[in-house]
Amino acid sequence: MDYFLTEEQQMIVDVARQITDELIIPQRAELDEKEEFPHEILGAIAQADLFGLYVPEKYGGYGGGCFEIVLALEQFGRGCVGVATSYAASALGIYPVLLSGSEEMKDKYLPEIVSGTKRAAFALTEANAGSDASGIQTTAVLDGDEWVLNGTKQWITNGGEAQIYTVVAITDKSKGARGASMFVVEDTDPGFSYGPKEKKLGIRASATRELVFKDCRIPKDRLVGRKGMGFIMVMKTLDLSRPGIAALGVGLGQAALDEAVVYAKQRVQFGRPIISFQAVQHMLADMAIEVEASRALVYNAAKHIAAHPESMSKASSMCKVFATDMAMKVATDAVQVLAGYGYMREYPVEKMMRDAKILQIYEGTNQIQRNVIGQELNKEYTRNS
Amino acid sequence: MKIVVCIKQVPDAKDVRLDPKTNTLAREGVASIMNPYDRHALEAGVCLKEQYGGTVTVLTMGPPQAEEVLRDAVACGADEAILVSDRAFAGADTWATTYTLAKAIEKLDGYDLVLCGKQAIDGDTAQVGPGLAQRLNIPYITYARKINECTREVIRLERMTDDGYDEVEMDLPALLTVVKEINEPRIPSLKGKMKAKKLQITTYTAADLKADPNCLGLKGSPTQVARVFSPEMRGDRSMITGTVAEQVEQLFEKLEDCLS
Amino acid sequence: MLRIDLDICIGCGVCEETCSFGAITLEDGEPRVDDSCNFCGACVDVCEVEAITIEREEKAARADLSEWSGVWVFAEFRNKRIAPVAFELLGAGRRLADQLGVSLSAVLMGSGLDGHAESLIGYGADTVYRVDHPALAHFTDDAYGNVLEDLVREHKPEIVLAGATAIGRSFIPRVATTVDAGLTADCTGLEIREEDGALLQTRPAFGGNIMATIICPHTRPQMATVRPMVMRPNEFDSDRQGEIIDVIPDANRLESRVRVLRSVMEEQDKVNITEADIVVAGGRGLENEKGFALLHELADLVGGAVAASRAAVDSGWVSYPHQVGQTGKTVCPKVYIACGISGAIQHVVGMQSSDTIIAINKDPDAPIFDVATCGVVGDIFEILPQLLEKLKARKGK
Repeated sequence: MDYFLTEEQQMIVDVARQITDELIIPQRAELDEKEEFPHEILGAIAQADLFGLYVPEKYGGYGGGCFEIVLALEQFGRGCVGVATSYAASALGIYPVLLSGSEEMKDKYLPEIVSGTKRAAFALTEANAGSDASGIQTTAVLDGDEWVLNGTKQWITNGGEAQIYTVVAITDKSKGARGASMFVVEDTDPGFSYGPKEKKLGIRASATRELVFKDCRIPKDRLVGRKGMGFIMVMKTLDLSRPGIAALGVGLGQAALDEAVVYAKQRVQFGRPIISFQAVQHMLADMAIEVEASRALVYNAAKHIAAHPESMSKASSMCKVFATDMAMKVATDAVQVLAGYGYMREYPVEKMMRDAKILQIYEGTNQIQRNVIGQELNKEYTRNS
Repeated sequence: MKIVVCIKQVPDAKDVRLDPKTNTLAREGVASIMNPYDRHALEAGVCLKEQYGGTVTVLTMGPPQAEEVLRDAVACGADEAILVSDRAFAGADTWATTYTLAKAIEKLDGYDLVLCGKQAIDGDTAQVGPGLAQRLNIPYITYARKINECTREVIRLERMTDDGYDEVEMDLPALLTVVKEINEPRIPSLKGKMKAKKLQITTYTAADLKADPNCLGLKGSPTQVARVFSPEMRGDRSMITGTVAEQVEQLFEKLEDCLS
Repeated sequence: MLRIDLDICIGCGVCEETCSFGAITLEDGEPRVDDSCNFCGACVDVCEVEAITIEREEKAARADLSEWSGVWVFAEFRNKRIAPVAFELLGAGRRLADQLGVSLSAVLMGSGLDGHAESLIGYGADTVYRVDHPALAHFTDDAYGNVLEDLVREHKPEIVLAGATAIGRSFIPRVATTVDAGLTADCTGLEIREEDGALLQTRPAFGGNIMATIICPHTRPQMATVRPMVMRPNEFDSDRQGEIIDVIPDANRLESRVRVLRSVMEEQDKVNITEADIVVAGGRGLENEKGFALLHELADLVGGAVAASRAAVDSGWVSYPHQVGQTGKTVCPKVYIACGISGAIQHVVGMQSSDTIIAINKDPDAPIFDVATCGVVGDIFEILPQLLEKLKARKGK
């Protein structure tokens, strides 16, 4: 379907598509098999200016917003959600700086992100703090001119591969949600180390590690925004980034659909290509409808968010739930269409099905997203009544 | 450093197929692309620019639609683009091509390094680079596979030979033709594409070059195509038939004859 | 200019179909010619009503062509030996010289050439111009180009042939430019036209999809490079007599603007496919690297070298030095076994002169069978393992 992209938006799609077709797709199986971080591909993405997509022009970026990154992520997701996640996680990691950082902080970090010399990661999750962020136990205490961080972050995407980490830590336990603050930690800071790389079901090209802070001392000015604003920043950051995850779902769903249709046209059983059987046709038709409906929702949610930053939550959660549930279903159906071949590593749909699962989990599980949507509905109807 | 990269628009070889029925090239839907070796030359030029500063000017000789490869080159990091185009250039062989390209390069505001791909995939002659250097009266190296060092005065590099490589150096200005091994060409960047879209492309015609009409195009070409034909096959098509076991047996006997 | 007389043209479109360059399109029943016309004349030949003509505004002949006589071969000398392609060129050159009734000369350049000029005579040269100088020890385009240019200007040969090697392809174009000669690269056929003695130089064009015969009607010398293994050398005759002329070039002509700092020989592939008597080649039909493992086994058993089509090399199953064809090497073994190679012309030009060609392919219409002396239609993965068993048993005996 034609979404009437502007010429420049089409260029973003074209550049991302070329990277996907020429670099990501040929390497994805090997990266997955070897659980290898895609340094080279991320370098090419930076060289193609796509790390600067969401960074304002004054820091060397393109100055785009949520919609532009959605266009790029849809393409990368079509190739490999593992690679795409490594790219997306860097955006997520730098969003707090972009949204709330001081001018000095932006001047220092944003150009490095744009040029690809450094990557970022976002550190929120802990062993006891997943969907319920109030369980955070990592602390930050001001000691003279330095903050001292202690605690452990879990399952941090780009952990060990990024150089810039935005870390949520408790600065005042008595204040509850108002007691968390956001900090920038650099990979070379003293007292900062990593746990071993996690073994995962899917997105195996991405790196996931623990971050360990043991009396990690960082300068005072690494506090992002104001003290106590940590949770608000987390919410804003995730609201802004979730359409990107939704876009990965659209890309993955499209890729699974493409594989299924191509196979169904070639595979002959009972003397006919299986696409001529209605049972298969209907599966493919449903997959196509769901992919297209997701795309339409994600694109519009992203445009809405760019235009109305004050009311992002519901649109952001809705597109994330819809598109990622779709991705899981369509990938599973694609495996079904390819049947025995689909279950084998030789064909890419097996990996797509493994990769799709994480989309329903990370950046807020789809159950939490439904909570958010429910709460927003409650608020809206209370206001209007 | 002022770097000039010569590029050519060619039909995408992997799409070119001979129609077995008509014995003509099935050219339906054959895309026009930048000659792959030229892409490596462009990448080498852009890398040198990034490392040492300067500008990259791309230059192509061809019909007006060759503008596409110039824009592609700008999207991949070139700064300026020049199209050398005139009906008078049509039918040029490598002798007339190097004459025309040399005239165009001499019209530029100076240059330090000229880069070419080792050959074009449609003609495969590999003659334009050396011929062009001779006309510009500058030293050249063919089959460059690695640039070790480049200053404003001198370039040091490795040239592929039939059995290894030579380490060589030469003073600038100079010309290089490069092989694929020299680098991995980049994918066009977003900013590059935006720049390419807006770019004003300069066109040089025969009159702009003040060229001798006797040296241009078909008229200026010492070589002429006398005949074009489909390659002949010897085709006695003697086939081994039967079951797999019978086929293998006959094949084995045939091989034994040859081996003994 | 390609001229189409629209009064005669019947708009049948044969010219459009015939044009290999897509230069002719029919608009409203009238053919139009665009800039991609290469003036090859294919359309002139097929036009049944003779509506098409090529008007050549001929360049005035530079000089009296009859002043130019004799056939020359540039004999490449590298790593203390004459490159084999020089002897192949002497074989071809001898034939051309005899047909023209002129002499055949070789130009030998390098340093420490004692004893080598004689072998060129044994392979067919009447005269050897020997340029033995320390400045020529390393190949440089400047020195080699200047020396050959001066010799050509002085002796005016009508034909100059050189190997399409890294050296030949590098400096011969420069010489052709300075002496204003036409040069044809990578010829696979060289003939003399009976009526006027012109050299007909045939080479694959357009990635090998078509063959083009090139002539140089108004300039001399007629220069051509020829790929190694395409021509056949004559038998060596130690009794042949010839003249060796030592040439001492001017010192300034030996100066080079390119300085060779170091010359490095890299370890060659275990087997050089151009020198093997048996070549076992695989293509897309082998499906993956495992398929190529079968091929390596076959090569070991028959004592051959492994080669590949471009498709297999591009897929990364085997490295580039193994590639046969237009963009790879030309081979001419006693036996060439093509497994799972469809036989695209780009591949065929690199192996078609092999003595025996055995082709195994599952597609009975594969063009490889058109060049095969012996074809087998079948599944590689059924045939090869059984053949390997038999060969192993034979070896066991």
